[in-house]
Amino acid sequence: MNIPKELKYSKDHEWVRVEGNIAVIGISDYAQSQLGDVVFVEVPAVGVELSAGSGLAVVESVKAVSDVYAPVSGKVIESNEALADAPELINQQPYGDGWIAKIEIADKAELERLLDSQAYEQLAAEGGH
Amino acid sequence: MAARQTPLYETHVKYGGKIVEFGGWLLPVQYAGILDEHKSVREKAGLFDVSHMGEVLVKGPDALAFLQKLVTNDVARIADTQVQYTPMCYPDGGTVDDLLIYKRAQDEYFLVINAANIEKDWQWIQDNSKGYQVELTNLSAETAEVALQGPLAESILSKLTTAALAELKYYWFIPEAEVAGKKVMISRTGYTGEDGFEIYCQPDDAAALWEAIMEAGKPYGLVPAGLGCRDTLRFEATLPLYGHELSAEITPLEAGLGKFVSLDKGEFNGCEILAQQQQTGVERKLAGFVLTGRGVPRAEYPVVHEGRQIGMVTTGSYAPTLGKNMGLALVEAEFAQIGQQFSVEIRGKEVSAEVVSKPFYKRGK
Repeated sequence: MNIPKELKYSKDHEWVRVEGNIAVIGISDYAQSQLGDVVFVEVPAVGVELSAGSGLAVVESVKAVSDVYAPVSGKVIESNEALADAPELINQQPYGDGWIAKIEIADKAELERLLDSQAYEQLAAEGGH
Repeated sequence: MAARQTPLYETHVKYGGKIVEFGGWLLPVQYAGILDEHKSVREKAGLFDVSHMGEVLVKGPDALAFLQKLVTNDVARIADTQVQYTPMCYPDGGTVDDLLIYKRAQDEYFLVINAANIEKDWQWIQDNSKGYQVELTNLSAETAEVALQGPLAESILSKLTTAALAELKYYWFIPEAEVAGKKVMISRTGYTGEDGFEIYCQPDDAAALWEAIMEAGKPYGLVPAGLGCRDTLRFEATLPLYGHELSAEITPLEAGLGKFVSLDKGEFNGCEILAQQQQTGVERKLAGFVLTGRGVPRAEYPVVHEGRQIGMVTTGSYAPTLGKNMGLALVEAEFAQIGQQFSVEIRGKEVSAEVVSKPFYKRGK
């Protein structure tokens, strides 16, 4: 399982890559493998203000509908429109072209609550709960 | 009640199956992935474990008369070694289950029922047998079943048996055959919309049979296939799934299964209500639709027209062969015409849809 060291993770299986003031968000390799083939992604509207833990996106596999939550609070500044035509990017490149949204971080202190790769690896090994 | 394992449980684990609970059984939802498996079955072949299905033997001088009362189709129409699909109704026309009937002899029939309904059906069948000279046996625990489905199914299975598969027509069966040295019953049936076979065997023989078929199928691209693609395959072929398109609250006529309801064969459970529905027309109909807006329809999502709910989605999914998001919905009859526009409510938003003809997918001859 691929769990890049430089990323932060939420207990709900989102990853965050911090680029200055911006959080790039997606779902982990573990999450995509659990979901199976992704066939639809509903990305957030640009400009929406989200608080940490609120619904950011919806990822649907053949069998299941899963909510993706905002790992940090802030304003959505960009959504990955490529997912509309190619939802399989989430399976193929969960940390790359399968990113979901970018949020302008409202409070950097919230990043402290996220897991590092080691802690996330342990969570995934325990079955994800 | 703890979920049960089929005789192939260890085999699924060995093949990398992702195990889930389904109708009280632990079964693989997928191996390599639902979309890959779906494509393999449409283009080559897939092997499914369907040992969770229930089987009931009906034997005795009144077997035919009893079945004629029990189910909606005309069982007198099938010959020895022929198979018939039929709904089974309550007196109010609601559906108890849908099943296959294998005619072994004039006085002997083998019923294949849905896994989740075994206890309910078994009780219902027994309750209805009063006054009939029939012997009923629940063979569910003593029967394993695999389904080999796809255009290459005959080529693969013929490597393992001398049974006359090429002559076996759709919905006929061979009561006793040998496949890879194991005693089996083979029918040319399935739940995928493809050609294929369902093979019934002793539970102890199931694993060896599975391995032999997988081995014989290797050069043909045969893959193990899970419940996930079984559902997407049957959905594209618009084959009903009990609990979705059929239920105690849905009659076979509402589900569009009129050709499996024989109103002229004599009395049977539900015949009065069904005759009435046939005469006056059903108030609700099963419509197939394609979502023209963005989203995936799912079971139980409301169907809306001009702000009013007119029905509900019974099954919805991405249809892999068609590359579209599609659904089946039970709607007020006037909205079931091809070309009709309505909306499906997805997470509070109305997404547009259009009624299309069924089945969504039909294999080439």
